[in-house]
Amino acid sequence: MADLVSHPDETRVVSQRFGKGAADINRHLELDGYKAVQKALQMQPDDIINEVKTSNLRGRGGAGFSTGMKWAFVPKQSDKPKYILVNGDESEPGTCKDRLILEHDPHSVIEGVVIAGLAVGAKVGYVYIRGEYRYLVDIMRKAIADAYAKGFLGKNIFGSGKDFDVHWHTGAGAYEVGEESALMESLEGKRGIPRIRPPFPAIVGLWGGPTVINNVETLASVPHIILMGGQKFADYGPPKNGGTRLFCLSGHINKPGVYELPLGYPLKKMIYEVGGGIPNGRKLKAVVPGGSSTFVLTAEEADQMNMDFDSFSKRGEFLGSGGVVVLDDQTCMVKFALRVMKFYQHESCGWCIPCREGTDWLKKTLTRFHAGGGLKKDIDNIKYLAQNMLGRTFCPLGDAAAIPTMSIVDKWRSEFEAHLEGRPCPFEPEGSRTISELPVIA
Amino acid sequence: MVISEKLDRFFDEKMKEYPTQRSFLVPMLLYTQDELGYLTNEAIAHIAKKVDLTELEVRNVISYYSMLRTKPLGKYHVQVCTNISCMLRGGEEVFEHCKQRLGIGHKQATPDGLFSLEEVECIGACSWAPAVQVNYDFHENLTPEKMDAVLDQYSRKAKQ
Repeated sequence: MADLVSHPDETRVVSQRFGKGAADINRHLELDGYKAVQKALQMQPDDIINEVKTSNLRGRGGAGFSTGMKWAFVPKQSDKPKYILVNGDESEPGTCKDRLILEHDPHSVIEGVVIAGLAVGAKVGYVYIRGEYRYLVDIMRKAIADAYAKGFLGKNIFGSGKDFDVHWHTGAGAYEVGEESALMESLEGKRGIPRIRPPFPAIVGLWGGPTVINNVETLASVPHIILMGGQKFADYGPPKNGGTRLFCLSGHINKPGVYELPLGYPLKKMIYEVGGGIPNGRKLKAVVPGGSSTFVLTAEEADQMNMDFDSFSKRGEFLGSGGVVVLDDQTCMVKFALRVMKFYQHESCGWCIPCREGTDWLKKTLTRFHAGGGLKKDIDNIKYLAQNMLGRTFCPLGDAAAIPTMSIVDKWRSEFEAHLEGRPCPFEPEGSRTISELPVIA
Repeated sequence: MVISEKLDRFFDEKMKEYPTQRSFLVPMLLYTQDELGYLTNEAIAHIAKKVDLTELEVRNVISYYSMLRTKPLGKYHVQVCTNISCMLRGGEEVFEHCKQRLGIGHKQATPDGLFSLEEVECIGACSWAPAVQVNYDFHENLTPEKMDAVLDQYSRKAKQ
């Protein structure tokens, strides 16, 4: 089981029940569990949506879209059933927070689903958990069964006269399924090929019905928002960036772990105070701010960044998924770019040609480049290939592969030059192996 | 019966939770694989019939998901993450160590069928890197020495 950490700067909202045995429904009830649903049952649907809008809660999966707005897009009247779909396909490299929520507080997710359902008029929710997280599927199965046994799910929940069903579901290994339209395809029993939008899932989603798709952390925040009030949650963060966020510190850092900090928390403080700084007396070289799909920051940029959506979007960049990966000065950025590309090449479904071909060519070029077979013109070509994936695919996987690559070429061009024409990687100890090969097709 | 009756009944129950017959297909394939070790031709035919699809349609789904396989692997499938967070903390060394110790490579099994090895993408253990999953069990904060202890533990388990 994953170890828990703590730091005095933490604001425990979503993580307030971590380590307290709250996966057990009775323990969860002692810790104010299922109070928010009962409160929401007394509220009008529009009031629930307005409370969430007031909270400034934005999607915790990475896109950062306003949750209240997303819910408001669902039409009031619909011939087809409406659905709530929980995205627990956490697979963004560097991200391991939903895992802790599902392990320590699965009922908060169930509660969030029911509240979302009450807000948009859905009666069914599905919790999709990635296939590798089997122990969490088992925890969720038990949590759902316990909630049914108590009458919190099923017919006439809490004696309200309203019905609500929650079902669990699991994937079987596919990063791309974390993208909302691919997630729906997978839940419908198909290959996780993305759908073209519009229509958006809020209008045409699961089995053609209006569907709200939210990340685990997003929905786990909702019960707390309902209980404390949207304004209090909003006040934890800077304007338009409500609440706290689970940040997953990993890489070259003394105290890796998942910490819940207010949005807008300075990245420098996060690395040096919360995370205890860089091991072995080394210096910071780069930071991946929110999963491998985000623009990579230099040490100088990292010193000035605040961790909220708008601080990044005003630079044309993304806060991402909460996965903060720290790289020290002994890290080879060419090798890093190669490992990132190897991942996207492996995960590309092949549906859109720019992504299928682009990731493959980039992996091949970067492999050759890192091994010392690079040419000067390759450096610009790597960036050119990445740029040509950007915005030209159905789902954001193509963008996700392009963004880190472009930023690494732009910011660490000198490291590419140091690998040119037969020179061994300056960061590799002599005789060490080069990066291992994953097969082109899994 | 191709799969156990218990599993078959479990699938029948779960299928009722969805408006279309094929919706539970992906979990069904994974749970079948867990029981049989891999997706046999017979199992694929059985599932296809159950969800009212052709075998080809089911195979089309299987080929998309990286955890699903149509060939047997080891009893203990050692999945070593070498994605960024694990790579930065020695994931590649752990993978290399497993290769040496088990004498097999990526997606290969030992001759006795006890272990198989796979280099995998992010398994969501980034803050506890480097990490390995043996079947579904996580082993975290590893070093080559700690990895030896993990493998020893499974070797002993197999002998019991």
